Amino acid sequence: MRAAFAALLAVACAVALAFLLLPVAAIFLRVPPGDLLGALGNDVTRDALLVSLKTSAIAHVSVLLVGTPAAYLLARRRFRGRGLVLTLVELPLVLPPAVAGIALFAAFGRAGLLGGQLDALGVQIPFTQAAVVLAVAFVESPFYFRGAIAAFETVDGSLLDAARTLGASPARVFARVALPLAAGGLGAASALALARGLGEFGATIIFAGSLQGVTQTLPLAIYAQFEQDFDTALAISALFIVVGAVLLVALKLYPWFRFASIFRSRFAPSTSS
Amino acid sequence: MVPLRVDLSLPLRSFDVELELDVGAETVALVGPSGAGKTSVLRAIAGLARPASGTIACGGDVWFDSAQRIDRRPDQRSIGYVFQEYALFPHLNVAQNVTFGGGRADRLLWRLRIEHLAEARPSELSGGERQRVALARALARNPRVLLLDEPMAALDPHTRGSVRAELHDLLRELALPALLVTHDFEDAAALADRVGVLVDGRLRQLGKPADLLGSPADPFVARLAGANVLSGVAAPASNGLTAVLLDAGPTVYAADEAAGRTEVVVYPWDVSLARAAPDDSALNHVKDEIVSITPLGNRARVRLRTLTAEITTASADRLGLAPGEPVVASFKATQARLLPRG
Repeated sequence: MRAAFAALLAVACAVALAFLLLPVAAIFLRVPPGDLLGALGNDVTRDALLVSLKTSAIAHVSVLLVGTPAAYLLARRRFRGRGLVLTLVELPLVLPPAVAGIALFAAFGRAGLLGGQLDALGVQIPFTQAAVVLAVAFVESPFYFRGAIAAFETVDGSLLDAARTLGASPARVFARVALPLAAGGLGAASALALARGLGEFGATIIFAGSLQGVTQTLPLAIYAQFEQDFDTALAISALFIVVGAVLLVALKLYPWFRFASIFRSRFAPSTSS
Repeated sequence: MVPLRVDLSLPLRSFDVELELDVGAETVALVGPSGAGKTSVLRAIAGLARPASGTIACGGDVWFDSAQRIDRRPDQRSIGYVFQEYALFPHLNVAQNVTFGGGRADRLLWRLRIEHLAEARPSELSGGERQRVALARALARNPRVLLLDEPMAALDPHTRGSVRAELHDLLRELALPALLVTHDFEDAAALADRVGVLVDGRLRQLGKPADLLGSPADPFVARLAGANVLSGVAAPASNGLTAVLLDAGPTVYAADEAAGRTEVVVYPWDVSLARAAPDDSALNHVKDEIVSITPLGNRARVRLRTLTAEITTASADRLGLAPGEPVVASFKATQARLLPRG
């Protein structure tokens, strides 16, 4: 009986692994690596790569700049309605990306909530690169926000108090104590959000369209190439897998990096007074 | 002018802290059970918690005054704060911790004999070393007031004694108004010039350690100071003393006067033990049974059914005491203090 159960567990594990890894492996097995690299050189892929890098970079930096101080506030302050705010912030996590795209339209589209004001300013957002940035930021920010709040919550409050009694202003407490101590969690949240943002598809195709060189990001290019040039779709997919694997490994190695930096400072020549 | 003047009312979850306290160039210890509001007092003085009303002033500087709407930020008060568990910055080395708020580390590290640890991380230090780093950091900005929250609590028992002696000497040498918070009366008595007993946010008694031991204000203070507190009924005795019929059975005699329900206070170190009732000047001989024996360095705490005695381990070994055995506990009538039922 016990042996049978152990076998059942092993089989379930093998099936799950095979199911998850087989499609990934298939991408690399279907086309020789040399052809994959060649396919990355064509115009469609190059344009999509540039659009993806540019929009993701702008969206991600914006999310970090706004999300980090906001997460610090939500993690350290206790106020009425805090639970509600935390739940609302996570709402985009459970929304289908297509709904996010429609929601962005409803807010920033011509006939949308802010459409009149934007029109008056001569700004049109849908189907521009700005729309891609908005879609990516909207979809990835909850991932960062959630992780960043958790990271700041794990910082021992008495360390922040100690810094206050040592004459540090609130801004200095944030920069010198909270930020370095939360860095690990912030880095992990940032990597997850970046991966999610790079892969963003549904909200982008609805809100920004798929115009090569303008709004066509790498995931949209995969979809566009799917019927025309399957090898290119495969090549871009392979690129994603490599980037994803690098992010994952970096996350797993992070504690080791931390240890290495402690090790260095411990045995480095003295720099203090 | 009093260096530190505190008069505050601070609402906590289940009670309010109401405290009026002047601290001169001395060490005052607030001692009390956990949850008595001790840490809240320190946080209010440091500006980390806001009292509902009152004043906090250091010399001529007003740090907090509810009537004048003055509430200086923590970084604008001249405070050295040693946190419970020390709260050292784990990502900075010892020298960086000490100089976090500015100033130089070398003289302080040398004074506290931790200059060889300047490059070490807090995680690599022992409890005693961490305490010294926390002290150095708190003193680095030359504060006018020193606050210490349970400075001994994070230490293991065998380093406690020497660390306490060093902290005592340092506090004397600094001659700063220092407010120390602890749940341990022994630490408070050893470190402080004056000890205040704080219970449920109120100061029950404030005085020199010897005064608290010699005349505790109530049974709670006596118990906190380590005394046996035995309940009974007092009546004048023919020998000019007061006889107290203990609820536990035996009658004991005390030199204090009392009548009716009363508490007999006897310190464990005033109780001696013998196999048989000795023929000596002590009037009180209580026949009892040993429940447990706990060694405390060269002394042993011997718990009996009715009271606890503290004798040297040498005596305990000589008598060959063991749990379950009968003994006679003796103490003089002058060592039994009577307190009205509290």
